[in-house]
Amino acid sequence: MSVLAYLIPVALALGGAGLALFFWAMRNGQFEDLEGAANRILIDDEEDKADAEANEQEADR
Amino acid sequence: MGDGRPHAVNAPLILDAIERSEFTDSRFTVPGIRCAGCIAKIERGLQDVEGVASARVNFSAKRVAVRHDQAIDAETLLAALGRLGFEAQAAEANPLGQDDVESRMLLRSLAVAGFGMMNIMLLSVSVWSGAGGVTRELFHWVSALIALPVVAYAGRPFFASAAMALRHRRTNMDVPISIGVLLATGLSVYETATGGEHAYFDSAVMLLFFLLTGRALDATMRNKTRAGIGALLSRMGKSARVLTEDGSTRAVATEDLEPDMLMLVAAGDALAADGVIEDGRSSIDNAMLTGESMPQSVSQDDLVHAGAINLANPIRVRVTAASSDTAIAEIARLMDEAGQSRSHYVRIADRASRIYAPAVHTLALLAFAGWMIAGVGLHQSLVIAIAVLIITCPCAMGLAVPAAQVVASGALAKHGLLVKDGSALERLAEVDTALFDKTGTLTMGEPVPQIDGLSCEQKSVALALAQASRHPLSKGLATALEAEGITPAAVNSLSEVGGEGISGDWTGIRVALERADAVGNGLSTTLRLGQGLVAIPFVDPLRPDVSETLAALHASGIKSRIVSGDRQAPVGKLASELGIAGDAEMRPDTKLALLKSLKAEGHHPLMVGDGINDGPALAAAHASIAPGSASDVSQQAADAVFLGGALMPVALAVAVARRTMRTVRQNFGFAIGYNVLAVPLALAGLATPLIAAIAMSLSSLVVVGNSLRLARVPKGLSS
Repeated sequence: MSVLAYLIPVALALGGAGLALFFWAMRNGQFEDLEGAANRILIDDEEDKADAEANEQEADR
Repeated sequence: MGDGRPHAVNAPLILDAIERSEFTDSRFTVPGIRCAGCIAKIERGLQDVEGVASARVNFSAKRVAVRHDQAIDAETLLAALGRLGFEAQAAEANPLGQDDVESRMLLRSLAVAGFGMMNIMLLSVSVWSGAGGVTRELFHWVSALIALPVVAYAGRPFFASAAMALRHRRTNMDVPISIGVLLATGLSVYETATGGEHAYFDSAVMLLFFLLTGRALDATMRNKTRAGIGALLSRMGKSARVLTEDGSTRAVATEDLEPDMLMLVAAGDALAADGVIEDGRSSIDNAMLTGESMPQSVSQDDLVHAGAINLANPIRVRVTAASSDTAIAEIARLMDEAGQSRSHYVRIADRASRIYAPAVHTLALLAFAGWMIAGVGLHQSLVIAIAVLIITCPCAMGLAVPAAQVVASGALAKHGLLVKDGSALERLAEVDTALFDKTGTLTMGEPVPQIDGLSCEQKSVALALAQASRHPLSKGLATALEAEGITPAAVNSLSEVGGEGISGDWTGIRVALERADAVGNGLSTTLRLGQGLVAIPFVDPLRPDVSETLAALHASGIKSRIVSGDRQAPVGKLASELGIAGDAEMRPDTKLALLKSLKAEGHHPLMVGDGINDGPALAAAHASIAPGSASDVSQQAADAVFLGGALMPVALAVAVARRTMRTVRQNFGFAIGYNVLAVPLALAGLATPLIAAIAMSLSSLVVVGNSLRLARVPKGLSS
């Protein structure tokens, strides 16, 4: 039964860590814009670079 | 270096410059954000503006937060957004409203209750499966250590609300909840301290968890809709450029304006106060006040009202009434008073608890008295009485209403109807008479030009002229012509005169779009090609599904009638076409009087209207719906807002609201049924914590599952 002396604190600590993480996420604004996060995936970061490359190629010609 | 800095010889100047230029945050509402492309366009476009440190789009709230140098003002940023193709308004500095704070607190409480519930359950399961002696006592103590802070933290929303109700000598759903939770915790602490067999920590925390789920759902629903409606809201001048004595101008916030100040109103700006035009002539869009989109031409000495938008030329306006004295504020007051009656409406959950709470408390008291008489001793009688309280604690009841309403409002939102809160759904379910405004409600509210009779040449010249004008009719004309794929003709030297029209030069001929001379039936404009004149009439078409909507309402036993501020002839014609009654030339106070008499006859009227002149009626009616194109004030007064051109969401709203209330009643039925089964066990002294926990979870699951059925909207009504 002495194993309980470890297991109960471990369980509590894990749960507490999850709770702390949730509080942090909320304060950090992770839940501010749920739909936005879904849409941002579609934004193409390479767009500007691709444009710049295209321009360069044109300039080369 | 006298400022006591360390001797930073290398490039200290640039660093200083950066440190000193203080950044400030501005927020803008941009209703036009619809896709990922818009996010990228706005964020990148704004970052290219000089002085902007960062820009972040909040897609859900349709807002942009910009961090920028203090040197650039909101107008520069608004102009930059305009160049990117987005219409925007400056939003309030503090975006965290009261509702937001409330829902955050509920979410935190829910997380804490969830944490507590999981850990206590873990311990309880081993107690239920037979742990005894020292282990059981240890587990009870650990449970107590977890439960006490969790109940204190997560129970606050209920304790606060119950305390408030008791202070006003009333009771609401939170009173029995608070008593149940506190007694369960108290009894369990006592049992733990005295080495008793049963502790009810799990029940108390689980109860909080389920109830908080209901509350958090409720708050999320409200916030979501408010964000949607807030994004639609706009206009009303937030500040004005005021001419000072030395001839310079400065921006003055709306609430600081005073009579006799001289405002400079640029073309495209909204007026921030009532006033008299001192200089200049222009045309104004009074849609916010009247709901009519026909612009009014105004010149010197004309009275203009706050909220109107100056369309053509800059004007100087001498303020006659500011902030709370404006015509718009007067209507807002009228609405406030009209809305008072609605605040007396008692929501179904509280109505239920008025019967439920005394019944449960009496039952517990009787159990205590009964067992005392039976002679089992004070401790045993108390345990049984408290077990009755715990087991009857309205867990499923707390979920019954919000679960159904959240699912229903989500389904309605998908079909273009935003409901503001649960109370609105409850009231919508009770309506038996529907009153419709005409312009902008039964009709689209946007005049459409009749361009079939024009030749190709005429169309292309008309498009060139219309594109260059900011008159609303011209905008409508340009939209219609562009939709036909017309290319504009090359028209030179364009000039627009407010109230007269726009003219230009096309292959040496003078061409113009002019104000129609005849003030006859309806709107029209005249296209001039040299000497030739063509009239382009505008009609305001009915919404496409008006008769279907009225039929659907009739089928569900709701009588419809028109109440309009328009003249008798057009109202009468439309009413007979649709086969319903129609009242014409109604003013805000006569509409109120009509509503009052309907209510006195025991009817529950539904008001559907858009103009600010409908505002008081929207606030006074039993329930109200406004179209998304309505004035700000009307949208705020209404219980629900429907988007798009179809009217069917109105009928859908009533149908879904009724179904929701049916589901809520079924949910109450389940909750009571569960009590009927569990209470005898508790009264007999057989309710162990295990039974309480199983019964509570089961009844909650049944209630949530039953509510999820509302996600499907009746087929015939979905447009």
